[in-house]
Amino acid sequence: MALRRAGRRLNFLRLLTTSASRSILSPSEKKPMTMNLFSAINNALHIALDTDPRAYVFGEDVSFGGVFRCTSGLVDTFGKERVFNTPLCEQIVNEAAKFRYRSGNQFNCGGLTIRCPYGAVGHGGHYHSQSPEAFFCHVPGLKVVIPRGPEQAKGLLLACIRDPNPIVFFEPKWLYRLAVEEVPHEDYMLPLSQAEVIREGDDITLVGWGAQISVMEQACLDAEKDGVSCELIDLRTLIPWDKETVEASVRKTGRLLVSHEAPLTGGFGAEVCASIVERCFLRLEAPVTRVCGLDTPFPLVFEPFYMPTKNKILDAIKATVNY
Amino acid sequence: MSSLVRARSRLLHLPTAATVATPLLRQLRRLSTDDSTTLTIETSVPFTGHKIEPPSRSVETTPKELFGFFRDMALMRRMEIAADSLYKAKLIRGFCHLYDGQEAVAVGMEAATTRRDCIITAYRDHCIYLARGGTLVEAFAELMGRVAGCSKGKGGSMHFYKKENGFYGGHGIVGAQVPLGCGLAFAQKYVKDEAVSFAMYGDGAANQGQLFEALNISALWDLPAILVCENNHYGMGTAEWRAAKSPAYYKRGDYVPGLKVDGMDALAVKQACRFAKEYALKNGPIILEMDTYRYHGHSMSDPGSTYRTRDEISGVRQERDPIERVRKLILAHDIASATELKDIEKEVRKEVDDAIAEAKESPMPDPSALFEHVYAKGLGAQSYGVDRHEVRAVLA
Repeated sequence: MALRRAGRRLNFLRLLTTSASRSILSPSEKKPMTMNLFSAINNALHIALDTDPRAYVFGEDVSFGGVFRCTSGLVDTFGKERVFNTPLCEQIVNEAAKFRYRSGNQFNCGGLTIRCPYGAVGHGGHYHSQSPEAFFCHVPGLKVVIPRGPEQAKGLLLACIRDPNPIVFFEPKWLYRLAVEEVPHEDYMLPLSQAEVIREGDDITLVGWGAQISVMEQACLDAEKDGVSCELIDLRTLIPWDKETVEASVRKTGRLLVSHEAPLTGGFGAEVCASIVERCFLRLEAPVTRVCGLDTPFPLVFEPFYMPTKNKILDAIKATVNY
Repeated sequence: MSSLVRARSRLLHLPTAATVATPLLRQLRRLSTDDSTTLTIETSVPFTGHKIEPPSRSVETTPKELFGFFRDMALMRRMEIAADSLYKAKLIRGFCHLYDGQEAVAVGMEAATTRRDCIITAYRDHCIYLARGGTLVEAFAELMGRVAGCSKGKGGSMHFYKKENGFYGGHGIVGAQVPLGCGLAFAQKYVKDEAVSFAMYGDGAANQGQLFEALNISALWDLPAILVCENNHYGMGTAEWRAAKSPAYYKRGDYVPGLKVDGMDALAVKQACRFAKEYALKNGPIILEMDTYRYHGHSMSDPGSTYRTRDEISGVRQERDPIERVRKLILAHDIASATELKDIEKEVRKEVDDAIAEAKESPMPDPSALFEHVYAKGLGAQSYGVDRHEVRAVLA
């Protein structure tokens, strides 16, 4: 089941500076480092605790560094008053999301960021491969943010920690060690509720998030060999999501494909598709399509069948373009 | 207007004009409603302890305190009865859970605590809100969904809060407030506040798993958490003997000590809460079971008589009513006369009526308030009304 940490600020009146890029090192040390996902997250947590004396991290096993090593070294640097273990008692949907609303803004859980690993790892089985983002996307009052790699993760996590709303931050555990990138050393934040166009194209818009983005990138490269120009968008924040960017892209291409690991029915892809059809109906050249996990519990030996693989995405791209 | 009447009566002890010309003896007695001389009164029954030596049955109080208990409980009782009428008149909608019968718990707890102590409770929260310094107007306005309400009309009956007075509400999800209350105790210990948290729950919620999880960690970390089970013997329509293998809720903490208290006796509640506060600051969690009773059903949809007899209800009212107990004490100790107490009740009734009238003047929240405070202000996310072509609001 999902592990969880939280970085919490008590001061909910603090304003966000989305373009902040505060350096915590001298100029000569500001070169990017090669990091994997858990190191980038660890770096972000260090910066968060360093820059805000009222920030702290608590959750399952954070003290020894966590089973995925995301919190390693924190307790040594910041002390056990600021980094400590706690058990879980989930109150996310009923309490954290609604406290500000139902108390007329007297109370809130704005300083709360909940980090959880999610997604397939190749052998996780029913409970260690799930993508539960759609459940949380259905709760007004929460934000849901999912990075696709180390560089994004650090900036997005810092933005989440400093955002005055409760946020669930899903980390693709498959990428903890596997994804390695150049990550800037300094303190930087990436904007929430802004999707990123990773790859430009004219024939079809692909929308995804998290680990699935790299699968979609492969599909885009293969499609290009067949003469199809794909535009790939990483949503980054699932709620509230950046409808404008996706709409602008579909107005350009006229076709939409959404892909996610979570099961098809009721997945967040449905929300994206419905919203885009509402906004771009007359522009669409083909029905919108979703390439997602199957509507089954996440299987163990059948994982390759379940997953929305590159080939499934390619098939869908071709079918849409040839509609 | 109503607050002026109240202030006047507190200072001058002149409930009505009729008491102006009175014999000397009565004037002397009237003065003692402000008296701070110590009285020692025994609680109705001794306390029962679980893994702890219970406090003494003898409680110290003053005429002033007793008089305050009477007035506060009369006010609470009147508020709840008025809420009943308003609900039947469809001015209050949704869910409404009334506290009449249980007033002693609210006033006794308030007498033993400071405003730096935190109180968190479930949905039967109107009277605890008042005890924690909430006003009648804010309470009625919130019940009727008006802007002048304590949660700006957005919370309703189950979501009363008073942040500046340490009242953390007001929760609809059964038992969820207990882990939150233990979290408050954690925060108090973390910042070395020398204060405690009272996490209140009912006999129905007492079987919830999350309660034991929170209790486990509170005991492990010696948090100043006081879990208060308001045992009114019915979880909605289920009697305690049908719901719990062990309805001795004060013993359910196992390794956590507990105290069983007569929850209809305000002095017993005060003694127990003071004792618990002292204990929790030094040693960690303790459970208080308040043996109490609600006259109304679970909520306004429940007549309250299909799972218990009317004889039982009227029996408790005759023998254990908290307001009557204090009335008898006041009369026995010559603190005030029966007429004066009746006058207080009349005054309180008027206060409540005035507050309702004022609350009715308050408007419903503007439709834009529907979208306010879903997220913190200034983070512009759009939302649509049911008719997606016409209503569009930016989430504040």
